[in-house]
Amino acid sequence: MSVFDKLIASAALATAMFAGPAMAQDDVRIALVVKALGIGFFEAAAEGAEEAAEELGNVEIIYTGPTDTTAEGQIEVINSLIAQNVDAIAVSANDTDALVPALQRAMQRGITVISWDSGVAPEGRELHLNPSSNSLIGNMIIKLAADHLPDGGEVAVLSATTTSTNQNIWIEEMNKVMGNYPGIEVVATVYGDDLADKSYREATGLMQSYPDLDAIIAPTSVGIVAAAQAVVDAGKVGEVNVTGLGLPSEMAGAIESGASQSFAIWNPIDLGYSATMLAYELSQNGVEAAPGAEIPMGRMGTLTLDDNSEGAMADPFVYDASNIDQFKSIF
Amino acid sequence: MSDTLPERRIPDRLNSRAYRLFRSWEALLLAVAIAIFVVNSFASPYFLSAWNLSDATFNFTEKAMIAFAMALLIISGEIDLSVASIIALASTAMGLALQYGAGTPELVVVGLVVGLLCGAFNAVFVTILGLPSIVVTIGTMSLFRGISYIILGDDAFRGYPSSFAWFGQGYIYWVFTVEMLFFVVIAVIYGVVLHKTNFGRAVYAIGNNPTGALFSGIRVQRVKFILFLLTGLMSGVAAVCLTSRLGSTRPSIAQGMELEVVTMVVLGGVNILGGSGSIPGVVIAAFVMGLVTFGLGLLNVPGIVMSIFIGLLLIGVIALPRLWTMLARRARS
Repeated sequence: MSVFDKLIASAALATAMFAGPAMAQDDVRIALVVKALGIGFFEAAAEGAEEAAEELGNVEIIYTGPTDTTAEGQIEVINSLIAQNVDAIAVSANDTDALVPALQRAMQRGITVISWDSGVAPEGRELHLNPSSNSLIGNMIIKLAADHLPDGGEVAVLSATTTSTNQNIWIEEMNKVMGNYPGIEVVATVYGDDLADKSYREATGLMQSYPDLDAIIAPTSVGIVAAAQAVVDAGKVGEVNVTGLGLPSEMAGAIESGASQSFAIWNPIDLGYSATMLAYELSQNGVEAAPGAEIPMGRMGTLTLDDNSEGAMADPFVYDASNIDQFKSIF
Repeated sequence: MSDTLPERRIPDRLNSRAYRLFRSWEALLLAVAIAIFVVNSFASPYFLSAWNLSDATFNFTEKAMIAFAMALLIISGEIDLSVASIIALASTAMGLALQYGAGTPELVVVGLVVGLLCGAFNAVFVTILGLPSIVVTIGTMSLFRGISYIILGDDAFRGYPSSFAWFGQGYIYWVFTVEMLFFVVIAVIYGVVLHKTNFGRAVYAIGNNPTGALFSGIRVQRVKFILFLLTGLMSGVAAVCLTSRLGSTRPSIAQGMELEVVTMVVLGGVNILGGSGSIPGVVIAAFVMGLVTFGLGLLNVPGIVMSIFIGLLLIGVIALPRLWTMLARRARS
């Protein structure tokens, strides 16, 4: 019995030992800590991190995270990374505040800490990498519509709820740059409350009220799918272009049917790549993450930090018929 | 005393061998713990460091505090699956108190009192209304956390005073944390209560035969009521420590912890059907689980593989004695 137990314990640990990659001590070890393992979005980010590691040469990526999206699980992971004395931790946090004490301890022990995707409070990290910014998103959603309307036209916005903070900011930012898109006129803004059926009815209503409508902009992943379906059902594919922010897995059908020419959302591969590049710069090249700093991130250009040491990576990534197949299985 | 009679085998004591195994359970578990410790030291160059081992204790101290109370509850034949949700509710209550200007002492009192009240709530349904504890506490598991979600939504309470951080982030001396001190003190208290007092004997008696215990003059329902109160109180203590360690409260705090606590108790040799088990067993089980998760974490073994390993460890530890008894019986017949 006791022998059995010991056998089980040592066998499993030995397996784990062999499974672990041989560690080259002089490699720079950058840990990519995600909200939970087994999520397509983060697997893609890890792919991007590996790409960056290959480009940098002497970097080992430790892709890790808890099994479910809890702060406690992430703290256990962070503690074991501190114990291994990794060079940098890049974390997509399950909790803005709860990780702060653990990450502060990491920084005290000389580990570079950055957050990406889902941020940590400023005192718990050196910088935060946002996938994009409100103004970039606001510009992108109108640009997506305008690109397919060279002679101008009528567009309508299908948003989430009237009180959705994100959507309201994006629409506001969009209105600020309308001057750059002459001939494009926003004829209406309606609210589908992020419910599939209500969004569908609102989109149908838009097409009835504005027979000359050229595009529907839905900066919400629920609305954009519903609007695309409404366009297909109304037989207006080719007349009304649905665009905005959506998930490739949900929008693949709309791209195929032609109801949507293109839409945008962040690219997780770029995100993992940039996070790795930034972590490397901070930990190896002595770059200081102070407000106003401009930090290079390889093929993604540079990150400019604002007063909170946050920065926006890039424009949302545009998905269309040329790349939807690659991404629809990822997220 | 006098050894005049020759040793005899009485046929109706076929399980004497298994009984002996149970008696040496703690020794076995200790051997496993030592084995894991040794393997870990060889597997990772970072394992044998005082600070790293100190950090690793956070993996189990809070869970173990609840596990001691849970062990008594399970020995008595009941269970409480709402402990993690009690943490969520107690932590939320502390956050609310903070909004109304509570200082560190008040926060601790609020956490403990809410834990006690939740325990009392469970106890009323189980001991007074006579409902099965597994059903009641599955219900309160959703209920308590649900209240936290209603109060907090996707928001968080933050800004706990810095003196409050002592509980979950403080050190007594060198690498010895405040939580370790709590762990040791609570382990000793529960060890004494279970193994050295009449109350402890009553807990075993109830777990083995509640009707028999009742007719022996033990106030079964009262003992169970107290055990639920204690489990609630320990969840309150864990809530104070965890909230202090995280420095914030979210309704998802301690999600899924109840199963880890039960795993720890069962791994410690407590019979899930009640009647047997010991506190030293739970103490060693806490170390085993902490060392395993930390050791695998150092090797960057994905959490999914880690839970597979914990699952196998648990099933193996429960199944092997049973298997052993069956094999022994077959060999004899």
